[in-house]
Amino acid sequence: MGSARDIVEECGVARFVFTDFPLGNPCGKPWDTEMQRSIIGSALDLLEGAWMPRTTVQTPFHWEDDMWRDAFLRVDDGNREALARAGEERRRLQAEVKTSR
Amino acid sequence: MDYLRPYRSFVSYIDRSREYYVAQGYSRPYAWAHHNDVPFALLPKPLSRCRVGLVTTAGRTDAEGMIGAGRMKRDPFAQPADPPPKSLFTDDLSWDKKATHTDDVDSFLPVNRLAEQAAGGRIGSASPRFYGVPTDYSQSRTSNDAAPRILKWCREDGLDAVLLSAL
Repeated sequence: MGSARDIVEECGVARFVFTDFPLGNPCGKPWDTEMQRSIIGSALDLLEGAWMPRTTVQTPFHWEDDMWRDAFLRVDDGNREALARAGEERRRLQAEVKTSR
Repeated sequence: MDYLRPYRSFVSYIDRSREYYVAQGYSRPYAWAHHNDVPFALLPKPLSRCRVGLVTTAGRTDAEGMIGAGRMKRDPFAQPADPPPKSLFTDDLSWDKKATHTDDVDSFLPVNRLAEQAAGGRIGSASPRFYGVPTDYSQSRTSNDAAPRILKWCREDGLDAVLLSAL
């Protein structure tokens, strides 16, 4: 069960239940037990029904809007400098950790 | 047909993350796992007689998280499914923290939903434990260390099938 379709299908798995949601809730929206029941039901159906590897099934659910699609890990002129600084800071921290070991 | 779109609808995380890390000054892009041959097995018996388990990429505590920031204990684990966990540690993983949250464990590790399937007879039983393989960017550690340990636990618990849910 997952929401990163390209990563899972590039890797290749026996069976894949894809839900086209923002990353974090591949088994259904938080507190939506009916949706969660449906998604695990699809996974169990696929366990029984698939006959060859790389079988992908997409669940019928949609997020409320599509804003998240462009917003996640977005790079644009508004954050390019901040991202470059964040990368520098991260590398500095990692170097500190390495030298302190 | 609901819409016409001059692009694919689902997000390419491989493309998106590569551009994001380039912008952070990482010149060598992450190389994602790709397998030409993918293993496959049919269920060994009817699902209603199978014992089924769950694997998550979440960690138990923040001590297992924080990739690259010093606390590097990212060992696989097995934990009792009953009582079900009220929360798991996901803060260090790259999921969409602006769009959603992981306060409901069943939204990413359906431990209660699987127990219902056992109670209703759709599966024979749910595993007494679930298994965790906290996200590790090393594919060799995942394949050569984590995977055999998870498999060993699955066999100890007598599983016929396992569902892996990736955050």
